[in-house]
Amino acid sequence: MGELKLMKGNEAIAEAAIRAGVDAYFGYPITPQSEVIEYLMAEKPYETTGMVVLQAESEVAAINMVYGAAGTGKKAMTSSSSPGISLKQEGISYMAGAELPCVIVNVVRGGPGLGTIQPSQADYFQAVKGGGHGDYHMIVLAPASVQEMADFVTKGFDLAFKYRTPVMILSDGLIGQMMEKVIMPEHTPRWTDEEIIEKWPWATTGKPGSRERNIITSLDLDSGRQEQHNIHLQKKYKEIHENEIEFEEFMCDDADYLFVAYGSSARIAQKAIKLGREKGIKAGLLRPITLYPFPAEAIHRLAKQVKGILSLELSAGQMVEDIRLSVGCDIKVEHFGRMGGIIHSPAEALQALEDKIIGG
Amino acid sequence: MKEEVLSDIINVENLVYKKTPLMTDNILSYCPGCGHGTAHRITMEVLEELGVWKDTIGIAPVGCSVLAYEFMNVDMQQAAHGRAPALATGIKRCWPHKVVFTYQGDGDLAAIGTAETIHACNRGENIVIIFVNNGIYGMTGGQMAPTTLPGMKSSTSPYGRDVHIMGNPLKITELVAELPGVRSVTRQAVHTPGNVRKAKRAIRKAFENQLKYKEGLNFVEIVSNCNSGWKMTPVHSNKWMEENMFPYFPLGDIKVDGEIVNK
Repeated sequence: MGELKLMKGNEAIAEAAIRAGVDAYFGYPITPQSEVIEYLMAEKPYETTGMVVLQAESEVAAINMVYGAAGTGKKAMTSSSSPGISLKQEGISYMAGAELPCVIVNVVRGGPGLGTIQPSQADYFQAVKGGGHGDYHMIVLAPASVQEMADFVTKGFDLAFKYRTPVMILSDGLIGQMMEKVIMPEHTPRWTDEEIIEKWPWATTGKPGSRERNIITSLDLDSGRQEQHNIHLQKKYKEIHENEIEFEEFMCDDADYLFVAYGSSARIAQKAIKLGREKGIKAGLLRPITLYPFPAEAIHRLAKQVKGILSLELSAGQMVEDIRLSVGCDIKVEHFGRMGGIIHSPAEALQALEDKIIGG
Repeated sequence: MKEEVLSDIINVENLVYKKTPLMTDNILSYCPGCGHGTAHRITMEVLEELGVWKDTIGIAPVGCSVLAYEFMNVDMQQAAHGRAPALATGIKRCWPHKVVFTYQGDGDLAAIGTAETIHACNRGENIVIIFVNNGIYGMTGGQMAPTTLPGMKSSTSPYGRDVHIMGNPLKITELVAELPGVRSVTRQAVHTPGNVRKAKRAIRKAFENQLKYKEGLNFVEIVSNCNSGWKMTPVHSNKWMEENMFPYFPLGDIKVDGEIVNK
């Protein structure tokens, strides 16, 4: 049995990391996610589980510390918020290229630039389309509750090591800062050094006489081999698409209209749907849990049932592009969302459905 | 020399030296005359002699030595430009009993990676940094580096480095020596047999410190030539290095056992 706690989303990430047997966290303060490193420093897991916690000199250094640790088969993670995640893109691209597993948490704030410190979902493109340079993707998980903030740490590392890929938990300032009940998982021991050496034969743990040296690199100056490497990566992304799509449906069975929303917007959409049903508007919600891979087939299926789709995002409309690519039929697909750190209310969301989809 | 005479000479009794198995058989990608090959070799010889190669993880930089992992026969990671000390931090913190070193050039360590260098040194990460300073960006074709000398020509300072416009060469080695987290700092060269022996002793000492003290960073600069980038013959480049680089970057120990010995 897990342990019931009342926590902020950011604290839940930190506590879950300790319990998940994470080996190392490298971070740098930035609002609205600083509670992650503050919680870890206060808990001192280096004295209990042996987890390393280090405040780096920059987000760039933090992600590269993750690279180093991940290259030795350790469970390493970092967290930041939008401007800091932009700085980490170099490291993320290198890790995707070198096929290193890690978990990166983005507690998104309004942008562009330094933007605001309030919640936003405007980093969707950056997270799901690549973000850094080169042909790569990372798996992107979108928690909609403090419980999922905790659960996705373990889930993220499972996926990261299964596919040798960076995994991003794409949260936002609302989920990061709000407090909810959360059932914390039991403690999982960290892998021993011997287990790591046995489990991950690619890891740079020191070269015994019995094997060739291991090299962690994203470089290959031979363009033929580099193309083969890219083909290998694309094959991996296809496998991820085939196996790892996750989503949740809410009141979709009889829905005439559909919200598609993730994270905090999904919570707002649920309330909007209840308000709508009081007025006789039958709307449902499809909540992508994985944003990459995107639940395109589920949207395609529901698009045949409903009269229109409203993408509800705390942005100018980013995921709406992927929804439009998914529907495959001639129904109305529109976007509604507040920007710059303003959170839309359920009433605003319902009004947008009425104006843009039902009446539009 | 006739073939039968050669075969008389090449035999076990006459063997006085052999390549360390910690250097692979891959053909070095460095220009003939460059000091990198020697710096690689003595680093690997030290790891062999100390018997720690099975527990060593090295970090290759971006620059001419980006392919160091092709030549060094130990587990290696290749870092983004300037980030090697951050990778080394991540590795060493997770595997404190392993031997961890970075091998970096001047552009990597003293320009784009300045923050990572300074802060790894300041935290006293228990690693060895081997810093090859040849005053130029060799791999990208001879651009001005943070350690390019005043007046020195490069493809991005074609009329010579004007310090009023481009700033002064950065003595980052003296800079890191000031940091309490750094145990030892030394500056060496590998262009003569005598210097090679001294440099190897210095590298050995740096790794011994890592093994013995479990804390503190050990920093070895090797002032080297770049005959291609400097547009000189190898012989001329070494002479030029002695006459121009060494006065600006004087050889010798700078910090020993946490004490600055040579300002």
